[in-house]
Amino acid sequence: MERDAERIEITISSRFENIELVQVIAEHLCENAGLDEDGSHWIGMAVREAVANAIKHGNKLDVRKKVNATFDLDAGNLAIRISDEGEGFDPAKVSDPLNPQNLMKTSGRGIFYMKTFMDAVSYTFEPGRGTALVMTKNLSNGSGIASGSKA
Amino acid sequence: MKATSRSTDNGVEIIKLDGKITIGAGDQQLREVISSAMNSGKTKLLLDMSGVTTIDSSGIGELVGSYTTVTNRGGKLKLLHLPAKLNELLHVTQLITVFEVYENEADALASF
Repeated sequence: MERDAERIEITISSRFENIELVQVIAEHLCENAGLDEDGSHWIGMAVREAVANAIKHGNKLDVRKKVNATFDLDAGNLAIRISDEGEGFDPAKVSDPLNPQNLMKTSGRGIFYMKTFMDAVSYTFEPGRGTALVMTKNLSNGSGIASGSKA
Repeated sequence: MKATSRSTDNGVEIIKLDGKITIGAGDQQLREVISSAMNSGKTKLLLDMSGVTTIDSSGIGELVGSYTTVTNRGGKLKLLHLPAKLNELLHVTQLITVFEVYENEADALASF
């Protein structure tokens, strides 16, 4: 029987220990939709990276600022929106971690991992109004890092 | 994250990492563990990753930073028993070309 469209939403304060709450929701939602454990894990990791960026780079660890995560699952298509209350963030300024001169950098791989695990990742941002990231994945397209790899 | 160290006869410090290496938790601990080992004169470090349950981009970044720190101080840092998911994360970022990775402890020890 086909599942009805489902929406789950959670709002957390900007604490790193809350990241796992959102990650677990993502993984359970994917597993309940029939995705295997590995595929659910990689989507959960994309969510982890997005929430971590929202807390660290968006809200600058200000616990009074919130991070909102919305999961929309409809006919096997998963859309995840992660938004923060920060100053805005320009993803174009993030360097390519595969560029040899960036290979040994200690940061800058989070967005790359999101793009690797998901079908599409996009941002909307306005200075002073926070950043909203939307990631999508067609769960019927297979799972795992290889199917989604942009490397 | 928990770290357990033991020294071998040929001067290699095997550091077994267990648990999560993630932002705000294990990433900082890993830095401290590596720093502590180097400060006590250990220059041949073998990180046993078999007990690592979760790692994120911050944890990966900390591994890279640890490698750079150890190498710049004349030491060597190698990896043992990579869990499958960590192995894949290193592959997609091409970091697998940076680290020496071993599946067998005896082979790893002999390589130093």
